[in-house]
Amino acid sequence: MKRIDALEIIASNCKDSLIICNIGFPCRELCSVGDRPETFYMLGSMGMSSSIGLGVALAAPHKKVISIDGDGAVLMNLGSLVTIASLDLDNYVLIILDNGAYGSTGSQPTSLSKKGSLCQIASGAGVSYVEEVKEKEELEVALNNIKKGVIVVKIEVGNSQVPLVPYSPEEIKKNFMAAVSQQVQ
Amino acid sequence: MKKAAEILEGLKACNIGLAASVPCVNLSSLLKCIDDSEIKHVAVSREEEGVGICAGAHLGGMNAVLIMQNSGLGNSINALASLDLLYNIPLLMIMSHRGVENESVCAQVPMGELTIPLLNDLGIPYLEIKGGDDGKNAVLKAWECAESQQKPSAVLVKPSYWKKVSE
Repeated sequence: MKRIDALEIIASNCKDSLIICNIGFPCRELCSVGDRPETFYMLGSMGMSSSIGLGVALAAPHKKVISIDGDGAVLMNLGSLVTIASLDLDNYVLIILDNGAYGSTGSQPTSLSKKGSLCQIASGAGVSYVEEVKEKEELEVALNNIKKGVIVVKIEVGNSQVPLVPYSPEEIKKNFMAAVSQQVQ
Repeated sequence: MKKAAEILEGLKACNIGLAASVPCVNLSSLLKCIDDSEIKHVAVSREEEGVGICAGAHLGGMNAVLIMQNSGLGNSINALASLDLLYNIPLLMIMSHRGVENESVCAQVPMGELTIPLLNDLGIPYLEIKGGDDGKNAVLKAWECAESQQKPSAVLVKPSYWKKVSE
């Protein structure tokens, strides 16, 4: 599964969720296949997706919140998994798109990809529900079943040819905050 | 506890709903006060993580404070710059300022001396409180600054705010 395929499945199956999306190609690809004002596109601060999403979920407990992160970005903020586990929020899911590489910078392999396992790290951090998926159908089922926890999605290395996110930081923030403040349908 | 309660009163007056923290020994009474209050307290693993959580809280409609030692400023700079400053996200920071006022731990001194230059370089406004100063008033002023300028704003709490230090 390519990253853009995973993002398209997430976009089409999670229309009731607020989404925080990791910097770089994940943002660009998500924007091209499922642009919604309910998406906070990260233009900087690599590693912060899981934390930003956690903050949104704490502040807006009536909303479902999904953080989309990459394996390289999660490695920059591993302590976040511990915080996620300790809070154990009912409205928060972390999806890690794991290609074993820093995909937006030339696909340099991560050190974790040689011997480690993100699922085991998340479980070891105390996250109560952790699932790994490899196929598109598995991802769709996982998204429809999961209430909270972590999904690790194994994806291929490589980026799609898609344009940059066309919004300014101010527009991204304004659109997202307006979406948060809308009443649940 | 009286000086911690002053700061807590300020946080309540600013309608702070979430506190993310990494502890400092000088902040222990404040963190205890927060745990006994209505404010949701999240102990984070590293200060930058707290910047992310507080930014998310703002996006979700809640005022947030990051409580940490000034050493944590160094751990937070990329997120402060490329998240909060980039998106104009207000953040209240209560920072225990170690490495000043005859600090006994030599390792605290380098970041102690760098804290104000770093804040200046980042364009983050700050105010300093020491022995005899009013913590509530400082918190109110710093939050007003964060909201009006839509950026992080810091209260640097000197050791003498908490107890008398030898000259």
